Amino acid sequence: MLAKEIERAGIPAVYVTSLPTVATMIGANRIVRGPAITHPFGLDEEERRRIVERALDMLETDVEPNTVWEVE
Amino acid sequence: MKAVHYLNQFFAGMGGEDQAEAPPTRLEGAVGPGRGLAADLDAVEIVATLACGDDYFAEHEDEALSALLTMLAELAPDVLVAGPAFGSGRYGYACARLAAEAAARGIPSVAAMHEENPGVEAAGAAYVVPTAVNVAGMRDALPRLGALASALASGRELGSAEEEGYLVRGFRRNYLAEKTGAERAVELLLAKLGGDVRTEVGGDLDRVEPPPPVPDLSEALVALVTESGCVPQGNPDHLQSVRAQGWFRYDLEGADTLASGRYESVHGGFDVTLANEDPNRLVPLDTVRGLERSGRVGRVHESLYTTTGNGTPVVVATRFGQEIAGQLRDAGVQAVLLSGT
Repeated sequence: MLAKEIERAGIPAVYVTSLPTVATMIGANRIVRGPAITHPFGLDEEERRRIVERALDMLETDVEPNTVWEVE
Repeated sequence: MKAVHYLNQFFAGMGGEDQAEAPPTRLEGAVGPGRGLAADLDAVEIVATLACGDDYFAEHEDEALSALLTMLAELAPDVLVAGPAFGSGRYGYACARLAAEAAARGIPSVAAMHEENPGVEAAGAAYVVPTAVNVAGMRDALPRLGALASALASGRELGSAEEEGYLVRGFRRNYLAEKTGAERAVELLLAKLGGDVRTEVGGDLDRVEPPPPVPDLSEALVALVTESGCVPQGNPDHLQSVRAQGWFRYDLEGADTLASGRYESVHGGFDVTLANEDPNRLVPLDTVRGLERSGRVGRVHESLYTTTGNGTPVVVATRFGQEIAGQLRDAGVQAVLLSGT
């Protein structure tokens, strides 16, 4: 809901979560799938950087509503 | 029982666009489409018709509404019927605004218009009966409008939008189902296998169009927001672990990382052991600071916004989102990295 309201205010917001299905249902638009509920940005620094980079890329991308990106 | 009917200048027979500036007026009995509607009302009589020019309403909304509501209060009808306005935007808006205000004052109200008429959004708690996009749909619309208006005037409790033929208003109402959830779920599944996809919780989900992307993150102010219950060690503001009552903002100025022992998660919905070993796993401040130094992102906003996303009612979470969004906008934040668990 935070993602949706922030985007409603015109600010692109990327939501990193391990539960993209729920994020899609409530209407988040920019969603990156994190690896786990307990650590959405992964465990180590290298993994964290990949997830953050992916999320930043999404902030720079025109997306359709409810888009989910995986992290390579 | 008494009905009052609202029409624009054209349908009230006052004239076309040349009379669109006509202020609100009261006519006796049924007029124009009201005569046809009268035949479709059950034990309800149209005692008066209120009419207003579409342009007058659009340009003097407060005055027009005030005058119309005063007339309506004097007439004290059992139901207000507005339109049909079909695809006409100004007329549909006037119908919907009047119906919404009347409904808010306890007068059962129904407007009729095409489902894509912008007025639909303005109808508030009033009912809207969908019609064709132009006046050719009058004959089809009046019986349905009449039936719903009669039901409203009678004071009968209305069924669902589908059963009664009005547009979904976005309200949910509890009712006692005859069958258990398990039985209904199996019925829905069997129907789906047969190609008939239905749902009990459908309707009008609120959607937001994605705003355009950030043109250049290396120039942008980026904020970190989280629903992971991440707070300074010791949880100084007592953020709840479940059903959060609020959100907090914490200063990030001068911090390069969310160090273990200085930050923790109080989220009650998952095992926080791994998060507390390294809170950057929830809010990646260390990585984002590195990208700030390398120039990938322009600047990190001075505050972390945090709450616990765990059992929070939608309406409460929406309010948190609106409040946080307001602060971010005021601060000139251009992009948000949000994490949830």
